[in-house]
Amino acid sequence: MSMAEPLSRPQIAWRIAQDIPDGAYVNLGIGMPEMVANYLPDDREVMLHSENGILGLGPSPAEGAEDWDLINAGKKPVTLVEGGAFFHHTDSFAMVRGGHLDLCVLGAYQVSAAGDLANWSTGDESRLPAIGGAMDLAMGARGIYVMMELCTRKGAPKILKRCTYPLTGERCVNRIYSDYAVIDIAEDGPVVREMIGGIDLAGLQDKAEARLRLAGDWKPLNAPDL
Amino acid sequence: MIDKIARSVSDALEDIEDGSTVLIGGFGEAGVPNVLVEGMIEQGARDLVLVNNNAGVGRHGIAALLAAGRVRKMICSFPRSVGSVVFPELYAAGKIELEVVPQGTLSERIRAGGAGLGGFFTPTGVGTQVADGKEVRRIDGKDYLLELPIRGDVALVKGHVADRFGNLTYRKAARNFGPSMAMAGRRTVAEVSEVHEDGGLDPERIVTPGIFVDAVVKVDR
Repeated sequence: MSMAEPLSRPQIAWRIAQDIPDGAYVNLGIGMPEMVANYLPDDREVMLHSENGILGLGPSPAEGAEDWDLINAGKKPVTLVEGGAFFHHTDSFAMVRGGHLDLCVLGAYQVSAAGDLANWSTGDESRLPAIGGAMDLAMGARGIYVMMELCTRKGAPKILKRCTYPLTGERCVNRIYSDYAVIDIAEDGPVVREMIGGIDLAGLQDKAEARLRLAGDWKPLNAPDL
Repeated sequence: MIDKIARSVSDALEDIEDGSTVLIGGFGEAGVPNVLVEGMIEQGARDLVLVNNNAGVGRHGIAALLAAGRVRKMICSFPRSVGSVVFPELYAAGKIELEVVPQGTLSERIRAGGAGLGGFFTPTGVGTQVADGKEVRRIDGKDYLLELPIRGDVALVKGHVADRFGNLTYRKAARNFGPSMAMAGRRTVAEVSEVHEDGGLDPERIVTPGIFVDAVVKVDR
């Protein structure tokens, strides 16, 4: 078996983008998930939501053309696409909690076998606690996709039997897109839907604490060089 | 005759007492009424509770009010923004209290305050630290947390255009917390970059009706 070559972050973002359907209303979490916007296929019209009152986020403005009243949830300047809209914060979170967003892509520190998500705090009391919109998104969007590496930089697994960090939401994650595999959180735990070449279920299991199962119809996980 | 256009910042901010809860619009830097916030330094009220999504950036606006030692407690969703320096220092030194609230819950608590509601049940935070000490109610098979309203003794918001009736429009995503906070302030002051001189604004354009606004201050954008 050849050495497994994990997907880069842009490749994970590309893979997620392929699964976002035409017409979807989507929130991309601050940080890594924002990369998904770069790879949305041209033939799909996807409306990106931002917690601070925007539907229809467009690409970054040209240098010098920034409008600081038009920023995304990460406080970076953005543009608005045709058909976009502005609204106030309470309406924005009515969209979130009211189940109006088709999908939200979030980063994660940890995901449990039951789909619990921990992504706002490592429990480190020396850091300022900060929640932002993560808890609302986790409990509100109809689908929650997590974008993450299977392990931390130190090699610790992030798919656990139970999260050890403070939770963002309970039983909310539907699917994990990672550097080695695409994993669904099914009723009875994580199921591998796709995995990269050069690794097998045992190899993946070495990178997860929770028990993984392999779907009968699993597919190879591929992404172009980016 | 109704004329809510204030002659000065100090006129608009008169009568704000020590110990007040002050709702301050804005998300990051967008929509923060910095002139009014900095006007609070001269105004002099102390022991304030501030409500804003963040906790100030740099050393101006909210950060300046914090640095002036006027704030007892900050209620916000995300105090850890890039460029936030004053609040982390005060917090580390034990000189300020912090209540961290999920963003949608913060916004809805403010709206509930302005709408005369005693609170609401939200799925956000169920099963997390945010639920500690809160009533959980199962409604149609799903768990919700009881969250209580926030009212402001004062709300400071940033609009775009106002008329003398206090009607407001907002500019792009600088709208954010403005409409909910304007409702929830016992006294609401709006900072705007333009005053519509010719009677009332087009009623189809108004986002915050003047009933929610007590005073308007025009500033240079």
